[in-house]
Amino acid sequence: MDALLTPALGTVVWATVAFLVVMFLLRKFAWGPILSALKDREESIANALNEADRARSEMAALNADNERLLQEARLERDTMMREGRDMADRLVADAKAKAKAEAAREAEIARQTIATERKAAVAELKAEVAKLSVAIAEQLVRSELSQDDKQKELVTKLIDESPLN
Amino acid sequence: MSTRFNLFFLATGLLIGQVMWGQHGGQDSHEAPASHNHEEGHDHLEGDGKSGFDPSPFIIHHVADAHDIHLWGEGESAVHIPLPIILYSQEFGLDVFMSSAFHGHGDVKYTEDGKYALSHGHISLAGDGAHDDHADHGHADHGHDASHGHDGGSGVYDFSITKSVFGMLLILTLLVVLFGRAAASYRKNPGQGPKGLANVLEPLVIFVRDDIAVPSLGEKKAAKFLPFLLTVFFFILFANLLGLIPFIGGFNITGTVSITMVMAFFVFLLTTLNGNKHYWGHLFWPPGVPVFVMPIIIPIEIIGMFLKPIVLMIRLTANITAGHIIILSFVSLILIFGESSAVAGYGVGVFSTAFMIFMYCIELLVAFLQAFIFTLLAAIYFGEATHEAHH
Repeated sequence: MDALLTPALGTVVWATVAFLVVMFLLRKFAWGPILSALKDREESIANALNEADRARSEMAALNADNERLLQEARLERDTMMREGRDMADRLVADAKAKAKAEAAREAEIARQTIATERKAAVAELKAEVAKLSVAIAEQLVRSELSQDDKQKELVTKLIDESPLN
Repeated sequence: MSTRFNLFFLATGLLIGQVMWGQHGGQDSHEAPASHNHEEGHDHLEGDGKSGFDPSPFIIHHVADAHDIHLWGEGESAVHIPLPIILYSQEFGLDVFMSSAFHGHGDVKYTEDGKYALSHGHISLAGDGAHDDHADHGHADHGHDASHGHDGGSGVYDFSITKSVFGMLLILTLLVVLFGRAAASYRKNPGQGPKGLANVLEPLVIFVRDDIAVPSLGEKKAAKFLPFLLTVFFFILFANLLGLIPFIGGFNITGTVSITMVMAFFVFLLTTLNGNKHYWGHLFWPPGVPVFVMPIIIPIEIIGMFLKPIVLMIRLTANITAGHIIILSFVSLILIFGESSAVAGYGVGVFSTAFMIFMYCIELLVAFLQAFIFTLLAAIYFGEATHEAHH
């Protein structure tokens, strides 16, 4: 047991010197570079993760933006289509109404023209008939009557009695 | 936060087990010399010259520090790797030679020039004391009592590269090479993932940083103490693991009290040098304590200041040594039974081997755990010393 538990001077001296030398060597050439390399790498990994996170959220925002734009475009398209349809309907309806009105107006004009024409025709017919009647009567009376006055009186009486109107 | 506490409780629980185990191991080896003596007395009584296998010196020999690396074999056929012996004495000045220069049989060996004697891992001048040791080496402890306690008391200052020092230098060189190369690979591919060696070592470095240093010290102060904590952690871990490799001489670096003492001393030094006003205030005038208790509390606090690193030292030494002792005890068991009959030896061998495999698994855990505990406690002490008052 003595051999185990008694410190030996020489061993203590060697251990002290060797340990100190190695510790300073390692601190300068191993622990320093290794620890700083580890730290750098951890920082760069943390940065990269943060970056990726940010990129992902940016991407998500972008996607949402796109979606919104798309939605807006869709809505706009819908409204445009609806407006177009409405306008077309309106145009057609307008055109129809206008055409109807025009047709009605034309018909009215035609009717009026027809009425006027008829009136004129009747008047003309009346005049013609009168003239014809006069001619017929003249012929008739000339041949039958010798006296103008008496004949004229007779013709007038005849015409007045005729149901021409 | 919760994981940290879980980890802490786990560590504490295992620690208690470890300490009890350590005591058990200690008892084992403590009892051993007694039985050794008894056995010897018995031999004398019987007058029987047959020397049975004695596990105690066998175990101590394998666990204790030595001046050479004993690979295998006993006595003359033993295969050793010699290590440099560096001695200084007033009589002979500085002497450097290899441990293979020591020759002789039995417990005491001498150099050819007759200057130095090596007995139970202790070198003394051949002129004084050593011969006495040789004379009555039956009382194994006597020689130690005479020569230990004041190193160089027998006139020699021993600065030899012992087995543990050699192992320590080996581990420290390994650390420099491994981490130097890892650092180079970081420099070569900056900002890249770790590759090869760096990939293996990085999780451990991150473990020390994120689970030991930062929770105890905080991000900012951790950077200051990390070089020390990392060095200590990897040194203890690799030294523990080296001690588990069989057939290379049974290194017991972290079970060598001189080496753990140095590391515990560094912990003490760093704690004391970095202690802030708050730390010393707590030490010499604990707040919230009634004045009449102060005479009790203050000495306890001051003793505690020294006790913490001492416990750190003993825990590591005892744990690693105890593990080695237990495994060696199982080996001894085979040898003891094998002596009475070959059949018994083989029979016990099966169970002993099974237990040894089990122990090896636990030792692997302990190798990591002790490195973790030492580093964690050091970090906690540093944290206490640099803690800013906020209550």
